[in-house]
Amino acid sequence: MRKLISTLAITGLTLGVAGTAVAGSHGDMIKEGQDVYHGKSRGNCIACHEISDPIANQAGNVGPMMIAMKARYPNKAELRAQIWDATAKNPLSIMPPMGKHNILTEDEIDAVVEYIYQY
Amino acid sequence: MKIIKTTLLAMSVAALSQTAMAAKTGATLSTVDPEADRIALQEYMKDRFPDTPVSEYVNGIYAVDAASRAQWEEIEEFPPYELDLEEGEELFNEQFANGKSLADCFDNGGEGIRQNYPMWNDERKTVVTLEMAINECRLQNGEKPYGWKKGPIAKVSAYMAYTSRGNEFVIDIPNDDAKAAYLDGKKFFYTKRGQLNLSCADCHLTGTNRLVRADRPSPALGHSTHFPVVRSKWGNIGTIHRRYEGCHRDSRSEFLKVQSETYRNLEYFQTYMSNGLVVNGPGSRK
Ligand code: HEC
Ligand code: HEC
Repeated sequence: MRKLISTLAITGLTLGVAGTAVAGSHGDMIKEGQDVYHGKSRGNCIACHEISDPIANQAGNVGPMMIAMKARYPNKAELRAQIWDATAKNPLSIMPPMGKHNILTEDEIDAVVEYIYQY
Repeated sequence: MKIIKTTLLAMSVAALSQTAMAAKTGATLSTVDPEADRIALQEYMKDRFPDTPVSEYVNGIYAVDAASRAQWEEIEEFPPYELDLEEGEELFNEQFANGKSLADCFDNGGEGIRQNYPMWNDERKTVVTLEMAINECRLQNGEKPYGWKKGPIAKVSAYMAYTSRGNEFVIDIPNDDAKAAYLDGKKFFYTKRGQLNLSCADCHLTGTNRLVRADRPSPALGHSTHFPVVRSKWGNIGTIHRRYEGCHRDSRSEFLKVQSETYRNLEYFQTYMSNGLVVNGPGSRK
């Protein structure tokens, strides 16, 4: 019982700090990334990028479609860098600098990278 | 698959370099050239939308998006601003307590003059918008000013635009002080800001007619010709500064006060860009 309680407390703490339920498993991370990608008050990536996930709703086309990510970004860190600060590569980019401007947390960015890496 | 992707990428990159071109005509007082800017903006739009004649840009997004245009034309058959125009005319003709009226404050009794606003006032070294002139007229005659964003101010402004329909905008930049105000507005338009790091140009130049979720930003050319506007989302008529406030907020910035000096300079810049287009206010938009 005691052990269970402290585990719950730790989970609660993690939730409190990260603000989101980022559990360890890869599946959970992808679920979280999906939520970040499509959430209007989160990454709202779908506002600009189409993606072939059946839950996609009212996808925009300001930016390119999220497709063949693995082939185009064999180095995942490069993909993460694009999301963290799109203006590093293109100072005029319309894409909001998700990490640099604290729009998303580091964990949320990790999660969204895993999510789009499947496409 | 690979081809689709590169084309999409190429499209966005090409659009970006065009933006840089449309903005290139000078960012200092000695290099800025409003007339060259105006022509560059027209060229940019002609390039992006070869099938749209320049005179069409008074119709905002409907100039370039055929799908939403049909719906809008249906709405305009029974214009949602008709009642506002009637009320605006009554307010316009209302006698102040001192026996005067709005007509006494304007050239030509206030009829057919929309195309001259916003106007540079050289004594005060500031841009005077039509709404500002209306409220100052009321104040000078001992009346209370109207609220700035909607209601009576928008209705009177709508009526005054209506009496000017078909007149070409002729915004004048008479000297360097006025040019500085224009430049301030131009810089505001092109500067990235807010948590989302977005400029007006990101959406209304580069992003024109692209989908941001379900919304398509209109071309910047002709932005101010049809204001004030009845917007379905508002459910009533509002001024262009009301719209500025909303769009400014959308970049997650601390937005400015309507009729602040910066928004007036922005309107001066945007309306100068519309020189040669006709007044067609009031309008209706989604
Ligand atoms: C307001 C529009 C906008 C939003 C929101 C946006 N992007 Fe982008 N994105 C762009 C544009 C435009 C590009 C094209 C390259 C550039 O300008 O940087 C781009 C490029 C990219 C690229 C590189 C694409 C490629 O083909 O190499 C990735 C990856 C990406 N975005 C992911 C995301 C993710 C993930 C999110 C949300 C967390 C997001 N974007 C949100 C506009 C946006
Ligand atoms: C994230 C994208 C975005 C940004 C940034 C943005 N706008 Fe908009 N704006 C829109 C959309 C979408 C509409 C509604 C469709 C339309 O343009 O009529 C709109 C509408 C407008 C309109 C009304 C157009 C009409 O025909 O009635 C004006 C004027 C305007 N914006 C000016 C600005 C200015 C000035 C800025 C910068 C302070 C700005 N916008 C920033 C997306 C944006």
